[in-house]
Amino acid sequence: MSVNEVEHPVWRRPLLEGEDLAEQAEHLKRRHLLLDPKFPWEMNDDALKPMYRTSPSFWVIVVALSGLVMMGAITWFRQIYWGLGITGLNRPIYWGLFLVNTVYFIGIGHAGTFISAALRVLKIEWRRPISRAAETITLFGLTAAGLSILMHLGRVWKFYWLLPYPNQRQLWPNFHSPLMWDFMAILTYLTGSTLFIYLGLLPDLAMARDHTVGWRYRLYSILSLGWRGTEKEWAYHKTALDIFSYVIIPVMFSVHTIVSWDFAMSIQPGWNSTIFGPYFIVGALFSGVAAVIIVMAIIRKSMRLEYFLRHEHFDGMAKFLLILSFTWAYFYFSDYIVPWYNGEPVMKVVFDVLRRGWAAPLWYLMLFCNLLLPVATLWSRRVRSNTAALVMVCIYIQIGMYLERYFIVPVFLGYNELPFSWGTYIPRAGVLLTIASFAMIILLYMLFSRVVPLIPVWEILEGQIFQGLKRIGRALLPARSEPH
Amino acid sequence: MEQPERKWTMIVDIDKCTGCAACVVACHAENNVPIVTEQEVVRGRGQHWIRIERYWSGEYPHVKAHFLPILCQHCENAPCEPVCPAYATVHSPRENLNLQIYNRCIGTRYCGNNCPYKVRFFNYFDPNFVEPQDQQLNPDVTVRSAGVMEKCTFCVQRIRRAEEKALAEGHPLREDEVVPACVQTCPTGALVFGDLYNPESQVAKLLEPNNRKFRLLEHLGTLPSVYYLKGGTSRVSE
Repeated sequence: MSVNEVEHPVWRRPLLEGEDLAEQAEHLKRRHLLLDPKFPWEMNDDALKPMYRTSPSFWVIVVALSGLVMMGAITWFRQIYWGLGITGLNRPIYWGLFLVNTVYFIGIGHAGTFISAALRVLKIEWRRPISRAAETITLFGLTAAGLSILMHLGRVWKFYWLLPYPNQRQLWPNFHSPLMWDFMAILTYLTGSTLFIYLGLLPDLAMARDHTVGWRYRLYSILSLGWRGTEKEWAYHKTALDIFSYVIIPVMFSVHTIVSWDFAMSIQPGWNSTIFGPYFIVGALFSGVAAVIIVMAIIRKSMRLEYFLRHEHFDGMAKFLLILSFTWAYFYFSDYIVPWYNGEPVMKVVFDVLRRGWAAPLWYLMLFCNLLLPVATLWSRRVRSNTAALVMVCIYIQIGMYLERYFIVPVFLGYNELPFSWGTYIPRAGVLLTIASFAMIILLYMLFSRVVPLIPVWEILEGQIFQGLKRIGRALLPARSEPH
Repeated sequence: MEQPERKWTMIVDIDKCTGCAACVVACHAENNVPIVTEQEVVRGRGQHWIRIERYWSGEYPHVKAHFLPILCQHCENAPCEPVCPAYATVHSPRENLNLQIYNRCIGTRYCGNNCPYKVRFFNYFDPNFVEPQDQQLNPDVTVRSAGVMEKCTFCVQRIRRAEEKALAEGHPLREDEVVPACVQTCPTGALVFGDLYNPESQVAKLLEPNNRKFRLLEHLGTLPSVYYLKGGTSRVSE
């Protein structure tokens, strides 16, 4: 018996009787990936082939991005050599683009964990093909965030003093400091999400090992840790993933709360707000989901993943984005109205600067990007089903969320209790390092996409096995049955 | 917890301050404070451990200038201390000083953000002491490198030297033996320094029944060790 003749309930479903039912089934099949099963070997091919395809334009972009990263490395070296003076920081604005980038990069990473862990726990099925592409953003977003913190340090060669390590001087880091919590939280999250993505990758790495030769075979053999796909291995794998999913959700929430505490724990006007914790998390998810949509659209087009990434996925993500836009607006309003009503003199000045001062154009742009545009467009199915329009909205959201972090860090810092020390910030070398950080994330993502299958084949196959159709009266509905 | 022995305190009599900035110069000379270029000052990186803030009141031609010398307030409840992840800014419980340990500082600059008085300074570049400034560096004070924070120490090197001298001579530290550079230089005697726990000290006597005294930004609860004195019409700010 050849492989093609293996009897299996997924590939050989009993045909539905009645023409209208068949039509409905066909319709559902077109819409839902999990109802449109392929043979595993076809799907393996679909997931592996894009990894080998590297067009000349791919390498042109890689070289260009590498150039930008090199420029960043040189700038960073110059900054270490000369001092932070080559950035635009001053007194009182001690924190600038580096901290904006840290908050932003951790933010775009949040959607990855949310999709792969929280939606997994909630058994939301359409997450399956997106999870790894999103997690990869988490991985590289956190890498860039960690680097931004290091770029931010005045004496970066002493960065390990932030860590509690045993040393001869018996000196510990200051456990009172939010920055110390921040550093630990980011390290924990980076470690956790790296292990989480790796755990999810194991079966696919083993699949890739079985279908490749040469250096790829050797690489995947090492990385797949001898995965064979036995019943026992799958059982352990499922347990480990379940535990990890539940554990990493609180880590995800805590990380951005702790990042927000870097600001909220201080006595700087505009920062000492009790709402910052949940507000930052919503902001993070908002920019993160938008980033995932952009990446999904790009890899769908460039890696020809039309089979895996369908309208239903963009639609689900866009609806989520709409909800997040409302939630963000609610938190932003709360964070605005309380100091406004309070009437603290410094905050009055800050709000004046935002409403009609030098920052007004940027502030209105931020409100347009984060609230007006998503709310005005995403309710419409036509926009949600138009990938180009959706990506445009998401790019505007990125701009808006970056601006929002920019207002919080260097703009608020410019105004404090003693007007003599007010200041403005003109970023200088920080701009180059910001560009380089973005280039680094994109570069790492591009290279990663050619080494590791971005589509979690095993997750989709699993979903297709459990997903079926249920007939209720004259209607067919997708139904899920997971044996336990 | 160590019982505090002293509470070094400074009094700034705003009514006596003429804004001459002699204290600023004295501080630069005593503490090897880098003299940054004009361009750096324009960028907002002027570095003076004590500075004269100048506020204007009234309409032209009846304009009045008010001077407010501001230095590290050596807060008892200092906002800069808990936020440093590396313990580079710590409290000396023995004498209520707010200390900055330069070689422990990794330059996160969080303390600078959290200081409401903005009296902490970051070394954006290595200091450049051009001739003949390099000939008059104070050997008792570290020259700070790029990447660390620095601030007024209440001339801790003078305090230590006086303490050691008193110990060697076998008598308790006398009030007039500790004089920071700015206090020493102030031509109008607007600055007074001393130990508040010593009831005989000048600061204790000045502060005791004084309705002119206030502390800067008292509503923040930082409990500064610098007191300001002001009369009725010379009001500057809370």
